[in-house]
Amino acid sequence: MNDALDVALRLLVVFVVFLTFPLIVGQTEHKVMAHMQGRLGPMYAGGFHGWAQLVADGVKFAQKEDIVPAGADRRIFQLAPAVALLPYLLVLLAIPIGPGEGAVGQVVDAGIFFVLAVMGVGVLGSLMAGWASANKFSLLGGLRTAAQLLAYELPMLLTAASVAMAAGTVSLPGIVAAFEWWWVPWQLVGAVVFFVAGLAELQRPPFDMPVADSEIIFGAYTEYTGLRFALFLLAEYAGIVVLCGLTTVLFLGGWHGPWGADGLGWVWTLLKAALLAFVVIWLRVTYPRLREDQLQKLSWTLLIPLSLAQIALTGIVKVVIS
Amino acid sequence: MPEPTVVTATGAVVAAGYFQSYSVVGLLAVVGVLFVAVAFGAGRLLRPVVPTPEKLLTYECGVDPVGEGWAHTQVRYYVYAFLYVIFAVDSIFLFPWATVFAAPGYGAATLVEMFIFLGFLAVGLLYAYKKGVLTWT
Repeated sequence: MNDALDVALRLLVVFVVFLTFPLIVGQTEHKVMAHMQGRLGPMYAGGFHGWAQLVADGVKFAQKEDIVPAGADRRIFQLAPAVALLPYLLVLLAIPIGPGEGAVGQVVDAGIFFVLAVMGVGVLGSLMAGWASANKFSLLGGLRTAAQLLAYELPMLLTAASVAMAAGTVSLPGIVAAFEWWWVPWQLVGAVVFFVAGLAELQRPPFDMPVADSEIIFGAYTEYTGLRFALFLLAEYAGIVVLCGLTTVLFLGGWHGPWGADGLGWVWTLLKAALLAFVVIWLRVTYPRLREDQLQKLSWTLLIPLSLAQIALTGIVKVVIS
Repeated sequence: MPEPTVVTATGAVVAAGYFQSYSVVGLLAVVGVLFVAVAFGAGRLLRPVVPTPEKLLTYECGVDPVGEGWAHTQVRYYVYAFLYVIFAVDSIFLFPWATVFAAPGYGAATLVEMFIFLGFLAVGLLYAYKKGVLTWT
């Protein structure tokens, strides 16, 4: 009975995090972007600096008519948002925020494997949307999404393998437990490659070619309205939370910090992840969109060789010190 | 659930832990599916349904759609897909190796093996580059 309660509590916490953290990131994006561009951003909803803007957006989305184009593949079209969103919920379960069993949704032995595999499923949602919409722009957007996944999944895998080599385990809590401060310079190249590849996989600017509004409207999501569209947006922000959490856990030492690694370790994890989320927003405001061929070139001629070099470096250092 | 047939006691513990962690993942998936179902169901009650033929038309920047939505396109980067499959399958092999290569008794020999493996990958990439596969056609 206690076990069941324990599991239920963990699931509840993960679910609440899944529903609130993306909204916090979204609201931060509204405000940070606005101030970086010399605007105020949302100020009205909720009274205090527009804190309830995204809640208001949610209410608006829920009231909108749900349109499925006559030419669309109805069932696939309707299911696509769920397929895009749910993988990130599952990934959140495996990300540890503090030491010990109490601070992770569920310890999954093959953590890195599980996380990377499940995250790959999310892209399937965009592909389904792109294909099922029966719209030329959607189809192009879907194909671009697929191409981007092909290019950037690989550097992600390779750099994650590099961390697994350094720690000698593929379990996420195991990796953070093995972390030492000098891993940061040692794995620096891997960290940057992982983060950039993750951004590309989330189709965040400057890698937002698949949803480039000035040429293909909104890519695979062109035909979506109301709640289903909102779920796609939620998936993007849940993706940011997951990416920042993973980068923190794999490369920045998760709960390790100068003070309070025992009781307050989770504060460090959240702080580091929040800082990374800020960088994600910052990059969106700073860089122009890459062209499709530049996207492919960046990955195949720069990120993949860099990640291979990182694996070589990790291997040498690890064997020398052991 | 039938008990997994394992010989040793530690094996049984490992197997039990394995099934337990993934059943929690399964439970969370059920929660997720329920969430989506409830959201869609509630959405159905809240939103208006006033379809018109114009609304259900495929959106092409406001003009009437030309031809079919599922159109022929030239997929310029299909060779990347082959490259990706080859590389992804290869890099999967890195993970089991990564967890043991520095363990006592492995050391330098395993490292040399890894460099041979990485060499193959690098040469493959270089070959593709030389062939002009990685440049936009």
